[in-house]
Amino acid sequence: MTALVEVKGLDKAFGGVHAVEGVSFSVEAGQVYSVIGPNGAGKTTLFNLITGLYTPTKGEILLNGESTAKLEPNELAERGMCRTFQQMQICMNMTAIENVMLGRHLQLKSSLFTTLFRLPSLRRNEAAARKRAAELMEYVGCGDYLDAEASAMSYGALKRLEIARALAAEPKVILLDEPAAGLNAVETAALEDLIRKIADQGTTVMLVEHDMKLVMGISDRLLVLNYGRVLAEGTPEEIRQNPDVIAAYLGG
Amino acid sequence: MLNTFMQSRLRGLIVLALILIILPAFLGNPFHYELVTQMAIIAATVVGLNLLVGFAGQISLGHAGFFGLGAYFTGIATGTYGWPSVPALVVGAIVVGFIAWIVGRPILRLKGHYLSMATLAVGFIIAIILNNERALTGGPDGMPVPAFEIFGWELSAFGRYSLFGITIEGFQAWYIFASVVLLVAVWFALNLIESPIGRALRSVHGSEVAASVVGVNTAKYKSLVFVISAIYASLMGSLYAHFQGFITPAVASFEFSILFITMVVLGGMGSTFGVILGAVVLKLLPQVLADFQELEHVMFGLILMLTMIFMPKGLLPTLTAFVSKKMRKKAGGEA
Repeated sequence: MTALVEVKGLDKAFGGVHAVEGVSFSVEAGQVYSVIGPNGAGKTTLFNLITGLYTPTKGEILLNGESTAKLEPNELAERGMCRTFQQMQICMNMTAIENVMLGRHLQLKSSLFTTLFRLPSLRRNEAAARKRAAELMEYVGCGDYLDAEASAMSYGALKRLEIARALAAEPKVILLDEPAAGLNAVETAALEDLIRKIADQGTTVMLVEHDMKLVMGISDRLLVLNYGRVLAEGTPEEIRQNPDVIAAYLGG
Repeated sequence: MLNTFMQSRLRGLIVLALILIILPAFLGNPFHYELVTQMAIIAATVVGLNLLVGFAGQISLGHAGFFGLGAYFTGIATGTYGWPSVPALVVGAIVVGFIAWIVGRPILRLKGHYLSMATLAVGFIIAIILNNERALTGGPDGMPVPAFEIFGWELSAFGRYSLFGITIEGFQAWYIFASVVLLVAVWFALNLIESPIGRALRSVHGSEVAASVVGVNTAKYKSLVFVISAIYASLMGSLYAHFQGFITPAVASFEFSILFITMVVLGGMGSTFGVILGAVVLKLLPQVLADFQELEHVMFGLILMLTMIFMPKGLLPTLTAFVSKKMRKKAGGEA
């Protein structure tokens, strides 16, 4: 079975600082794959590299066997990769549902002519996209906010909205960067259910997260980073028993 | 029925159409008509500029350049080379759109103030060319433009036409024509905004990163909206040239660009009807303040500054919010 995402000898230097150094791993389709590590370990940098926001200094990333070296983030999205952000990226100049409908962008190609005259095909597609977006908002648990302005929503609801937007793109792999940050225990439990539901539907999930209970509970495999390097890689059980990890991170 | 009307997507357009139909009852003389016709043409330009500035969040301080190019293309093609008006207008728009595309590709990589400076420079370059190419443009003295002509019909502000047995003056015919053009321009803008393309444009403003990770090619959409707004400006510049009958490089000037941007900011960035109100207010202002003509630019600067400080969302959005708040309070008090 070939890996969906494969990272080989990845290196990213900012000036003299190596935020990510010699990182290799692979994620198979259908897995929940988590990246953990202390603050500043390079987790978000790794995600930014994988999603094309940063260009690697060295190394290679393969998505479905294809090198992503020359691809822009939007081209990676076309190939089935979508993500959320630690610093949420919500379009505050739109309503909640419009943000989710934005996620349908790739499925909604319409010509300028069709758009300017608002031909029936566009209206049909828009209605369908709206319906799908509403379902997704219901699915992630912010169905009460459909036509609310995004700027009027609470932090927790916005986090879920961002996941809904990423799901709207129907990705093969979804990268969630600290989805539980700032959530309370109840919200985190709901998030855990949600991630499990997403994975059960066949979407590969990559996760950066600090909440160890959450991570250990839902991950198939984990990657532990420390100062930009791989400290350990394996199943939750292996990680839990790894002496290096215990020393550096779990504080044993 | 009133309810479905209020929720209709096009209620603003219908209200605008009603205003344009009723307005002639308040217009006393040809000068009034001239002013309102100019307003409509400028408003349509600003509606196009608002797509770029208000919705996609990209500033252009050189939009009068594209307006001027459209005006001069029409002036030269119809006046010097005797083209019919409509082909001149269409070809002009295509040429200006192409120029905008070429210019836009490099400069739209810039952000914020840098983009403002680059667009400012584009505007200046166009104005300088129009000033200096005397043989073609007549230089600072300007050039005459023939009347608008369609299917052998000549639409002149000084003509007189009889339509279905009703006689209307040329300036009234122009008013009707400009009103229809404005309504179509607004309709197109509304359709564009409420579409996948419009969402992509707004997402470029809201969060470029978010837009790109869901598959929006942000560079492409920035170019697209830059070209669309330039085409709006070019088409309206062409009509303006026909309507005025005489153009000078002032139509492409920095002052004109600033006037456009002030209309957008005052009326309400990202509010299609707001920017029309902005255009109306700023076209009326010099009439009201005719005695203080030398202070006109000071006034514009002051308006821009006060708007930014006291109603950053602009005139119409602020008014709407105020009114709906009052109404909610009233409804709450009765309940």
